[in-house]
Amino acid sequence: MSILPYLVLSALLFTVGTIGVIVKKNIIAIFLCIELMLNGANLSFVAFSSYLNQVHGQVFVFFVMVVAAAEAAVGLAITIAIYRNRNTLSVDDADIMKW
Amino acid sequence: MMLFYLLGTIALAAAVNVVAQRRVFYSALFLIICLCALSGLYMLLQAPFIAAVQVIVYAGAIMVLFLFVIMLLDPFSAVPLSEKKRYLGYLGIAMGTATLVLLVPFLLSYDLSRVPRNVTGMAAGTGITRRIGETIFKEYLLPFEVTSVLILVAIIGAVILGKKKI
Amino acid sequence: MDFLWLVPALPLLGSAINGLLGKRLPKPVISLVACGSVGVSFLVAAGLVLSLIQRAPEERHVVQTLFTWIAAGDFVATAEFLLDPLSAVMILVVTGVGFLIHVYSIGYMHAEDGYYRFFSYLNLFMFSMLVLVLASNFLLMFVGWEGVGLCSYLLIGYYFDRKSAGDAGKKAFIVNRIGDVGFILGILLIFATFGSMEFDGVFRQISQRFPAETGLGILTGIALLLFVGATGKSAQIPLYVWLPDAMEGPTPVSALIHAATMVTAGVYMVVRCSPIYSRAPFALEVVAIVGTLTAFMAATIGLVQTDIKRVLAYSTVSQLGYMFAAAGVGAYSAGIFHLMTHAFFKALLFLGAGSVIHAMGGEQNLLKMGGLRKHTPITFLTMVVAALAISGIPPLAGFFSKDEILWSAWAHGHPAIWGVGLVTAGLTAFYMFRLVFLTFSGEERMDEHTRRHLHESPASMTVPLVILAVLSVMGGWVGLPAWMGVNRFAAFLEPSLRFTALSEHEPASHALEAGLAVLSVAVAAFGIGAAYNLYVVRRESAQALARRFAGLHALLSHKYYVDEIYDALFVNPAVTGSREVLWKGLDVGIIDGSVNGVGRTIQGSADLLKHLQNGLVRSYASWILAGTIAALFYIYSLIRR
Repeated sequence: MSILPYLVLSALLFTVGTIGVIVKKNIIAIFLCIELMLNGANLSFVAFSSYLNQVHGQVFVFFVMVVAAAEAAVGLAITIAIYRNRNTLSVDDADIMKW
Repeated sequence: MMLFYLLGTIALAAAVNVVAQRRVFYSALFLIICLCALSGLYMLLQAPFIAAVQVIVYAGAIMVLFLFVIMLLDPFSAVPLSEKKRYLGYLGIAMGTATLVLLVPFLLSYDLSRVPRNVTGMAAGTGITRRIGETIFKEYLLPFEVTSVLILVAIIGAVILGKKKI
Repeated sequence: MDFLWLVPALPLLGSAINGLLGKRLPKPVISLVACGSVGVSFLVAAGLVLSLIQRAPEERHVVQTLFTWIAAGDFVATAEFLLDPLSAVMILVVTGVGFLIHVYSIGYMHAEDGYYRFFSYLNLFMFSMLVLVLASNFLLMFVGWEGVGLCSYLLIGYYFDRKSAGDAGKKAFIVNRIGDVGFILGILLIFATFGSMEFDGVFRQISQRFPAETGLGILTGIALLLFVGATGKSAQIPLYVWLPDAMEGPTPVSALIHAATMVTAGVYMVVRCSPIYSRAPFALEVVAIVGTLTAFMAATIGLVQTDIKRVLAYSTVSQLGYMFAAAGVGAYSAGIFHLMTHAFFKALLFLGAGSVIHAMGGEQNLLKMGGLRKHTPITFLTMVVAALAISGIPPLAGFFSKDEILWSAWAHGHPAIWGVGLVTAGLTAFYMFRLVFLTFSGEERMDEHTRRHLHESPASMTVPLVILAVLSVMGGWVGLPAWMGVNRFAAFLEPSLRFTALSEHEPASHALEAGLAVLSVAVAAFGIGAAYNLYVVRRESAQALARRFAGLHALLSHKYYVDEIYDALFVNPAVTGSREVLWKGLDVGIIDGSVNGVGRTIQGSADLLKHLQNGLVRSYASWILAGTIAALFYIYSLIRR
């Protein structure tokens, strides 16, 4: 079968993640949506890697996972800190960094 | 072929549910389902190493961390969170749809003639895991080491941020 | 001759030491550095001049190249010093008189604040003046020219906590700038015409291209522009107004800068450029007329001044007028001769006046002095010598130089200049002895406190006075007039004037020259006698005379209202225009307005744009997505094509 269905699925996952990032208000949910976006991209990487018989795409997926792990660790720590200080999980409440 | 559509449908449905669920705990569970379905797709793509890592690291470690934090805070709360700009939600849906509408024709119009029709030769010959290992530790040695620094920084950052008073 | 550079370099070194370290040095060390550097400089200069004299007259022209200063395309300016008879006379006068005044300053300034600052400026002035006279091209001369102007400004404003001193400094600076514009334009015109700034190169070209006198032309333009510079620096009509105010500076400064050296720079420059002037008869005529008028006008103002230093200042202006008159009639060596003798006796007069002021505890008003003869005998004697010298009484220095000028004016066919000069000589004798009589004879008009304070000055002040007195007596003997012997001075200067187109002397009889000399002495004696009559014998008659000619007296004591006229014509319009148009209109309206306008525009647009930064992460994400969509649109349009 062709690579195209994989790419379309990847685009769909990415778009759903993107919509989620904007629509969701819960900080943790936004993080989950970001993970969704990353996985959408990962699918493209692996698909091209397999079809073109090149290993670099998979190596890149490996790095993406490392970044995702680091991001999750720091992001969740920030989430906990915000919750402790403001007793909320809504991103719209954390808006004092403005003009 | 059938397997792809099955797994793809599961992954997409789970992804939609991640966004659609009100409770973040359910969102996380649906994400795990999505990740596992993706792992199956990776197996279809003859990428066993990534598939394994996907389950072990992503669906295992990272998502457990998420669930930990969700449990720690307010797991089943469905209380509507405050929202400053309500129109952002509709705007997000509209713009996401627009992205998709633009992206899919883009993919369709792309010249894929140089991409083989099928997954080729990956399983044959030397093991894929070995090739990944060789690539990481030879070609990508410096980036690999830098990621270790990145993770160290993330650990320190998490520890500092997790302190009682910041 | 290799040591020529040392002559200006030593005072510069002294200035640097005193200026940079002076605050931490004890006063004796400061004095030693300041006077020592100038003294050694004088000895070096004297040695150089002696070896110059031993050469054959046509070889008395030494150029020492130090380094290439500016090299830009065809234009090359080198830092070169030129020693020839003209600059030799100048460096001897500058370093010699300068050294005596430095020594005098030790005594005069001993109680002043900023002692080191004073000597640092004074040494810097010596450096600049020596660069001016030693320069071998116009550009380097201009450096010295500006340098002495700067030092003059700094030293006039030495008592900067006194507003009048600051104002006088500014006035001197600004008026000099007006002259300098002319000077630098003249230099540029020289470069544009001859493609060089070297004295030698320019003058050689001139002597080849213009063998004889020419009519109105480029040379006349150059000469007049240069002369504008000279009127500023040497205080001639119309730019003389700064010099009397410059008396706000310490008295040694007045003696050194505003009597003996700096103000004569204009005369030196005109004589140095005599190859130009001698071929521009119209410019020469202007120089002669301006000089003569200045001499007469300043002398008349000097008649009625009551400030001892202002009398001397107007006298200086008057004597400088003489020098220009000499140059104007073509008697360049006579001008330099008078410059030299004038340096001696005018420095002596100023230093004597300083000694008097010192004794009087700062009082400068002649009407409050009197009877100082028995309190300050050395000052009295030396002042009388100087007054006799400036009045032109033989055999003192002034007689020979002044008579040379008058005789040259007559012999070159300018009887009018001779006549005015003769009258001015009488006026000079009168106001000089008025000053002497008012200061030293009659009853003591000062208050009781000052009277008890009266004392002769210390040796560091009186010794220079005595030396200068000796020079004032004998300084003229180097240039005896033709009917008394050989004018060695004029012969010595001749090599410096080799490119000058000297007009032919009419062979006149020695008897006529001697007769005119006797006449001028008689006029001077009449002036002295009149002063004696008015201020010693019948004291009230002076006031009576002033009352009888009240209008004339008022005109003179207000200095012909020149300052008021300048204020009304130039200063007030400039100030008003600056305030109303440039400040309130241009500066506040346009410049500030546009700057503030830019600020307000940015502020306004920022007020609109700041709402983009609303702190909402989802809003930022939306913007990112919007950007992505735009990028996709762009790429899509590329693919579709």
